[in-house]
Amino acid sequence: MKPLLIKNGRVVDPAAKLDASRDILIEDGRLAVIDTRIERADAEVFDATNLVVAPGFIDMHVHLREPGKEGAETIATGARAAAAGGFTAVACMPNTQPANDSALITRAIRAAAAEAGGARVYPIGAVTKSLAGEELAELESLRAAGAVAFSDDGRPVWNSRILRRALEYARTLGVAVIDHCEDLQLAAGGVMHEGDWSLRLGLRGIPALAEELPATRNVVAAALTGGRIHLAHLSTRGALEIVRRAKHEGLPVTCEVTPHHFTLTDEACRDFDTRAKMNPPLRAAEDVAALVEGLADGTVDAIASDHAPHTATEKQTDFESAPFGIIGLETAVALALERLYHTGKVSLARLVELFSTNPARILGVEGGQLKVGAPADLTVLDLERKWTYRAADGLSKSRNSPFDGRSFRGAPAATIVAGALVFRR
Amino acid sequence: MAARKTLARLSQPHLLGIEPLSVEDVELVLATAEKYQTRTARETRPVVRTDLLAGKSLILAFFEASTRTRISFEMAADRMGMDVVNLALEASSVQKGESLLDTVKTLVAMRPDALVIRHQGSGVPHFLARHTSVPILNAGDGMHEHPTQALLDALTIRDHKGRLDSLKVAILGDILHSRVARSNLHLLSKFGARIFLGGPPPLVPRGFEKLAPGVTVCRELDQALEGADVVMMLRVQLERQREPLFASPAEYARHYCLTAERLARAKPDAIVMHPGPFLRGIDIAGEVADSTRSVIPHQVENGVAVRMALLELLAGGNA
Repeated sequence: MKPLLIKNGRVVDPAAKLDASRDILIEDGRLAVIDTRIERADAEVFDATNLVVAPGFIDMHVHLREPGKEGAETIATGARAAAAGGFTAVACMPNTQPANDSALITRAIRAAAAEAGGARVYPIGAVTKSLAGEELAELESLRAAGAVAFSDDGRPVWNSRILRRALEYARTLGVAVIDHCEDLQLAAGGVMHEGDWSLRLGLRGIPALAEELPATRNVVAAALTGGRIHLAHLSTRGALEIVRRAKHEGLPVTCEVTPHHFTLTDEACRDFDTRAKMNPPLRAAEDVAALVEGLADGTVDAIASDHAPHTATEKQTDFESAPFGIIGLETAVALALERLYHTGKVSLARLVELFSTNPARILGVEGGQLKVGAPADLTVLDLERKWTYRAADGLSKSRNSPFDGRSFRGAPAATIVAGALVFRR
Repeated sequence: MAARKTLARLSQPHLLGIEPLSVEDVELVLATAEKYQTRTARETRPVVRTDLLAGKSLILAFFEASTRTRISFEMAADRMGMDVVNLALEASSVQKGESLLDTVKTLVAMRPDALVIRHQGSGVPHFLARHTSVPILNAGDGMHEHPTQALLDALTIRDHKGRLDSLKVAILGDILHSRVARSNLHLLSKFGARIFLGGPPPLVPRGFEKLAPGVTVCRELDQALEGADVVMMLRVQLERQREPLFASPAEYARHYCLTAERLARAKPDAIVMHPGPFLRGIDIAGEVADSTRSVIPHQVENGVAVRMALLELLAGGNA
């Protein structure tokens, strides 16, 4: 492979406190030189003038549906959609069919990912067998097979004793337990945020308390065990306050927020649009404001899409019957630029932390910073590009996005994985 | 009457709920219904039969069990000269796994002039209305709206009170699960009535005050009843409760059943309403339901008149 020379980009790497014009030379898939000016006659040149070059973005929360529901997404289509969304890597949740609760499935996912092209795919192993919440999965074998974290996502680890044991293993294995914070009794039957809109629409609500109660339990369990807990897709003001306090106390707690939760409110459900149905649900305006604040002040560690593909048939039904979840790989970066960067709420360096530095650290995977000798995973952004998202033109197999038809300022311009351009606009 | 029929139109192609209707829409429905009434506050009248909608067909698609609303629509369509097809959906393709949308697309392909839908899911008629131009009449969707009930209630109230504005209306019971309450809140609020809600605390959340102007959530039943012109009782919807929200029907009755004693707090000429079916001795005492204050039978009669009016307005086409 010819060396790749990225010229004149604005290189932003918060880990190195770097935000300056740099050239980057990639050789044999690895970062070879980062310098103010590099000349190399035999290299292929990528002109990054007016573009931002950052360590590769990692979406630490996606559902790729393989094995089991390949009609909605596969590892290959998901990895390509991720690349088109500016991600060099994703971590996929284990709620496949069968669930990724064994080394066998973890290895199968990695094998499919190796063939896929596009973004890297890191499997997340189940906390419990079949995600049933009753018995621990084979955590050490999952880790040995390449699982980067443990989660029962889609469901909470509702059994607190199981959570405690999982955190004890996770601590020794050096990985995080990712919990979907939901009190199943409080949330029972709920299809949207419990608030003024659910009352108006006659839809059963999921109260904020259903997220905040398990978030509190998780923080206390992390304190007890010393195991790292990562709270997935937080959506309420109260949950962020719990994380803020936990961090203040120095507890091993991290969290993520999705672009749809920091962009939309529960009002999006007003016409019973099933594309506004996800779990946790879109919350009230004050929650959205609190999420943006948390993203700016460091309470939130990562932005993750919770990419949840569903077929048109599954979503084309009435609101109560429709499954939870929306796709998000191809809109996440643009929404973050629109809602966080262009509004002046979040700096570019902080945005790179949220998309790259922190997810890499939480998952313990390579990347997250520009290190000479490390695999060359880079995300290139065009902060000003005007474009309109059309779900039908996306690379995901599914179309279930509430952002279909939305116009954006800013987009991924290229995605480079191990020195190869896997996506270029 | 005949001259007006070509001009009179609702602002909406469907009747999905009361919330999207204008005051003029409601006035139009009530005015149209008046000519089909078989009883007013003062007199009984002969049944009106017309061939206004002769040759037109109506499909009743009740995905949720119903007796009174279904029969009321059947009677209304019959009196308008329409052909009615009544679908027993529990026994049909829904059970075979066909999607809701496919089922309704099949119904629409048979070219009915209107479709009446009742479904246990909130928003189902709204979803279906996006996929068909056949007028849809919502006969109750989940906990969301039951617009024909609110319209017949409005006709009944206006009949007895002469107006809808500046009345004090108490709505009592299981408000949370009630599509009747929601539709009535929207309608009465549009006309400037003051609405007071009362019932067991988990069934009357404070958020209802933001649903429409003029709504007050009362801590005590007596406060809601005090000086009321209209007392609207709601059935306890045990089938929609996923958990016990009160200890037992007896416990509910002890504190929330409309007895003659409680009713004494309302105005002496207050009317008592109930959308039915009512639970005698649980949500309303027999002596109250059977008293002259009760306009429950009148509501039922007005139900047919209002549905005739809606069929005229929505299924009348451009004739």
